[in-house]
Parts: sequence; C-alpha cells; structure tokens
Amino acid sequence: MGVANLLENWAKFRHTHPVEDHGHEDWMAYPSDIKWAMAIDLDACIGCNACSVACYAENNLPAVGKEKYAHGAAMHWMRIERYWDETEGVGDFSANQGARFLPMLCQQCDAAPCETVCPVGATNHTEDGLNSQIYNRCIGSRYCLVNCPYKVRYFNWYDYPSTKDVWPSPMEQQLNPDLSVRGKGVMEKCTFCKQRTYMARNNAKSEGRPVHDGDVQTACQESCPTGAIHFGNLFDPESQVARMWKAQKVELDTDKQAKDEDPEENRLRGYHILEYLRPYPSVMYMERVRETSV
Amino acid sequence: MTKDIREDIAWAKINQDVLNSLETPRKAYWVILFVAFCVFSVGVGCEVYQYNMGMGVSNLDNPHAWALYIASFIFWIGMSHSGTLLSAILHIMHADWRKPIYRFAEAMTTFSLITAAMFVAVHLGRVWQIYYALPYPNERWAWPNWQSPLLWDAMAVFTYLSSSMIFLYVGMIPDLAICRDNMQSGWRKKLYTLMALGWEGTDRQWRNFRMTYLTVACFLIPLAVSVHSIVSTDFAVSQQPGMHVTSFPPYFVAGALYSGCAAIISLFIILRYVFKFEEYMTLPILRKVVRLTFAIAMVWTYLNCVEFAATWYSHDEPEKAVLIQKAIGPYAPFFWTMIFCGSVVPFAMMVKKWQTNIPIMFAVSLLLNLGMFLERWMIVSPTLSHDFYPWQWDHNQWPSMVQWGIVFGSFGFFVILFMGFCKVFPSVSMYEVKEMVYHRSLQSRKAEAEPAEGFAAEELAVKGAN
Repeated sequence: MGVANLLENWAKFRHTHPVEDHGHEDWMAYPSDIKWAMAIDLDACIGCNACSVACYAENNLPAVGKEKYAHGAAMHWMRIERYWDETEGVGDFSANQGARFLPMLCQQCDAAPCETVCPVGATNHTEDGLNSQIYNRCIGSRYCLVNCPYKVRYFNWYDYPSTKDVWPSPMEQQLNPDLSVRGKGVMEKCTFCKQRTYMARNNAKSEGRPVHDGDVQTACQESCPTGAIHFGNLFDPESQVARMWKAQKVELDTDKQAKDEDPEENRLRGYHILEYLRPYPSVMYMERVRETSV
Repeated sequence: MTKDIREDIAWAKINQDVLNSLETPRKAYWVILFVAFCVFSVGVGCEVYQYNMGMGVSNLDNPHAWALYIASFIFWIGMSHSGTLLSAILHIMHADWRKPIYRFAEAMTTFSLITAAMFVAVHLGRVWQIYYALPYPNERWAWPNWQSPLLWDAMAVFTYLSSSMIFLYVGMIPDLAICRDNMQSGWRKKLYTLMALGWEGTDRQWRNFRMTYLTVACFLIPLAVSVHSIVSTDFAVSQQPGMHVTSFPPYFVAGALYSGCAAIISLFIILRYVFKFEEYMTLPILRKVVRLTFAIAMVWTYLNCVEFAATWYSHDEPEKAVLIQKAIGPYAPFFWTMIFCGSVVPFAMMVKKWQTNIPIMFAVSLLLNLGMFLERWMIVSPTLSHDFYPWQWDHNQWPSMVQWGIVFGSFGFFVILFMGFCKVFPSVSMYEVKEMVYHRSLQSRKAEAEPAEGFAAEELAVKGAN
C-alpha cells in the first residue's frame, strides 16, 4: 500500500473493503442464494455421540485428555448435552425415563451476539449465512465466548498441535488436510463443515449449476445412525431442511415460533434454543415427543 | 488541629521539605520498594510461564473465559478516577484543601491506568497480535471492529491515559523549575532542566500556564466520567445475565471514585510517613478526604441496591438465578465480604475520633479496596459460572496460582512506578501549597481586621486570589 493510495482512498478505506461492490452497501454487496441451515430431530437422537466423534475427525479437533476435559477445556465443536428428569420418590434426578439428549453446536446465528463484540472483527457473517472465525485475525480476547448464550465457542487454552498425545500416533496420520490445526490463543467453533460446503459450491460452479440439496453433508449428519440431523440450503424451497422448517412453521427471525404462539397446534415441534434472546439461530430443533405424552 | 495547613510556613521551608523528599526518605521507603519489587517479580514469572504455555495455566476454562484479569483491569481503571476527581473537579470547584495532595493522586491516576493497560495484554490469548486492535492502515484493509465495547475501551483508556499524563506534567512545570534551580549537578539536574521547559516564573508564563492547566482540567472531567461508563459497557452491552444491567455506567463510575478515594487515603498515609510530609498532608485534610469517601460509599451502596432491586423485579429468570447464586452459591463468602467491606465498613469513617486516627483509617481504606476488588470479581465470575441453561453451569472454577500471582504482581508493578515517581518528582505541589498558605493567611488577616477592611482585601484583589 503506497502512501498516495492511502491518501487518495482514505474515505473509502475507512468505510468499506476494496471489493467491486457495484455501488451496493457493504452488507448488500454479496447477494447470495445460499443460507445454510440445520434441523435436528431430538426424538431421533439416541445420544450415541457419533456426531461428536465424527466432528473430531473431520475438523482436526484436539483430544485434550481426561484431566483437561473434566476441567472444561474440551474442544468438542459438537457436543451431546444430557438431561435427566426429576422423578418423584426416586431422588432428585434419575435415569428412570432415560436421559434427554441435546446435540449442541454453533447455531450460526443470523444476529450473532459473538460477531458484534469482537474487537478486531475476527468473527464475521459470511454471504452463505454462517459465522466465520478468522484464526489469523483472532487476538484471543474471548469476548465472543462470554457473549455467546450457547457457549459453543472453544478457546485454545494450550498449544494443542505441539502437545503430546493430542493425536496419539498414528492418529496424526488422519488429520484432515482440508483445514488447518489451530495454535494457542485463538477461538474456534463449528463451521458447518465449511471445507465441505465450499467444495460443493465450487463443484457446482465448475459444472455451471446451482448447489443441489444433498450435494453436501456435514460430518455429524453423515455419521448420525438415526438421521436426526438434517442440513441444507434454507433458500432452496425444495431442500429437505427448508421443507422441514416450513412444515414446523419455524421462522428464522422471530423470538417465538408457531408451536408456542398457538398451543392448540400440538403437532408442531420446531423451535430454536433461547430464541427469546433473538440471536435468530440457523439450527431448528424438534422437540422430543415423550413416552408419557403419546 | 482545625486548620488544614499552618499559615506561617515559610516558602523556603516548603521548598526545603519537598526537595528533601527527593533526597532522603525514611528507611520504610526502601523496604516498600523492595517488597514491591519481589511481588512484581512473582507476577513477571507467572506471566512468562503463561505466555509460553498458553492461557490454560491460569485455570480459565470454557464457561469461565474471563476471571481475575478482567476484574483487575476494572479495578485499576477504577482506581485512577479519584486522581482526576481531586485534581480536576475540585480544582474547578475551588476547593483549595486538595492542593497538598492532588499531585500524588494524579500520579496514582496515571500509574494505575498503566497497570490496567498491562492487564489487557495479560488477558489476551495472543498478546503478540495486540496491535490488531489499533486502527492502523495496512495492506489487507482490515480495521478493528468499532461495534465492540472492547475497542471503545481501548480508545477511552488510551485517551484518558494520554490526557492525564499531560495534566500531570503540565501541573508540575513550576515545581520542576524549583527542582532545577536547587540541584547542583547530575542527571537529575539535566532531567529537570529539560522538563521545566525554561520556566522562569514571569507573569506571561504564569498567565499561559493557568489557562493551559484549566483547559486540560476541563477536558479531563468528562473523560473521567466517560471512561468508566465505557468500561461498564463491556458488561452492559453483552447479553449475559448479571452483566446486562442498565444501571452499570453510573454504578461503575461511583465504584471507581470509591476505590480511588480509598486508595488515596492509603497512599496519603504512606507518603505522609515515608516522606515526612506531616506538615502538608495534615489530619484535617485527611478528615475531608474521609468524609468525601463516605459520601461516595453511600452513593455506591444506593446504586448496588438499585441493581439488586431491578434484577429482582425484572422477573428475568436467568438474571435472578445469578443474583441468588451470588448470595448463596460458591461465591457467597466473597459476595458478602464485598457487601460488608463496601457498605458497612465505611460507617467507621463517620466516627469523628477515628477520622483522624491513622492506623484505623489505613485499615479501613485497605478494607474498602478489598471490597471494591471483590465487587469487580463478583461482576465477572458468578455470571459465567451460572449461565443461561444448566449444561453451562460450572461452580467449581478457582483461579490458579498463576492467575493470582499476576494479580498480586500488578500491585508490585503499581507501587514501583508510584514510589519511583514520588522519589524523582515532587509529590507535593510546592507552588500550590505556597498559594494555599498565602491565601489562607490573607483570609485570616482579613478576618482579624474585619472592621477596617482595607489592606488585606485590596491585596487579595491585586493578587487575583481565587
């Protein structure tokens, strides 16, 4: 960058990125026909943790070891949360009716609380509707994690790639070459398997066609034995995810879904987690239908 | 005993006493400096270890992304505010009892801000990339994110730090000239000569000096209020229960003035002893500071009640759960210590006999600051330990010795800077104490000669006394 360039373009420099924006505002400059979204059927989830394991393998997640895991330093981008019901007479919590499972991953919020608070803009919204995390830009202030209501961002508390037994031999042989490993001091989180979605988009582009439903599966979706996880393009009305969202009357940008608006319609199960905070998550969950209510 | 300062101190004696503080402090000075150095070394060691190993060694973990580093950052920023209160606000309000003590209070402002800025670096996961937070031109056209309260913080703190340094320096110029004129040789002579900027004490210089000083003071006052308001937005702008509180800006400013005033009392007592400033930092002035501190303590207590009431009546379940967790959860001992130190202990300052009792006031001021440190911790940690929904709850986090070591080390850092400053630069403003003595003596003479009302009033008018 020359000084002359800096002086000439100062006003523009302060306002926008040096891209061909065709006269649009910043946020309109990338019209997109893709909005990745997910639908998770809690009724189908059996809590087997296959999705979590697949995520470890796909995204080069470090296995931090028992001690650090217990301490809360686990790096599971996809985690299974377990809840037990309170049952009369058996004690506070029992496995009487089995646990309820909640697969929790980054919700890729449309109005993401993490994005606005990053001091260096390391986390941004992409044109296909995801929260991106730029590892090289991250300075590790951890404000995004503090402000994330789901706590699905994971910080590299240690330099895991150089730590012994994070990928015990020969596990380092299976590290995914499509994405990096992360050094100490940066934040990371679920990307909806960005390496896969981009490959699908590039393939579609080179074949001169739009991305079809089923072109891409996330690692967790692929590994789920019960097919609880659905992933696709919400803007494509024919995609399975869009049809599921529509069937459940779930909207992206509301803080109350039809299920709660109209309790009479008890066949609806779709909702977002913590939607009253209005982060507008891209993951729709479908309530579990309990044995008692059948 | 009732007068703020003796009216018959000769000007030469004022010079002599203050200049002595640059030469021969009591032995306690060196003891304090040595202890501070040891404490600081512990902090440096911990930071080097943390830098090499990663942030994990501080026992931070997933829900507890912030803990003592952020709490200490707020604590040190808060401490800086009372220096400005004494030196700028009371200057504008013509409260002349501030004159013997404002210089060290202003130095406290500057050095506690530097200590706070250090915590930003300590806190970051990748401190070597800290310059990403600055809006510097670069070939990637990447700017910091102006929506982020952390960036507002960086800007506010940097502005406050630079302007309070200017204020400290500008107010010191006439005194530096006195030092220059009384030094025979050595590096200090050179330093004072350079820094006094050729001050000769001519009328024109004094006129310009007064104007500059007043201007910087006026500039600093809104900053003192805005900086801690902006720091509070780190929490108030986030949506976490217990942090997302509308009343935080005034609450933080009140807390800042509170801890700052308490720190002024502690340092007042230390300097008074170490540098033999009994004639200048007198007990009636201590009483005035103590009463000011009590008033601020009550404002803080009130705002605390406002916060609790607002939470309680909000019917926001996670918010209420955090408040209840503070009161009965694992942080309860700290929470109640904070309430005790912050709202109960200050009543000791209303006992007239104790107001001028140095050991009692020293202990009280330390307790107040303990309470204020806990207050900052209680804003950060309980929220993160008891978040929106049960899977995130983690009540077993305790900062590691590395984290504590760095926090303790910061106190050593501050004391080294502060005591070093007081040894090299006059920590009592000589020219303003002379003014104070002079005006007070004129006033008392005027009071004696009330019916005649001749000479004294005339002289006051001529001298432009304020």
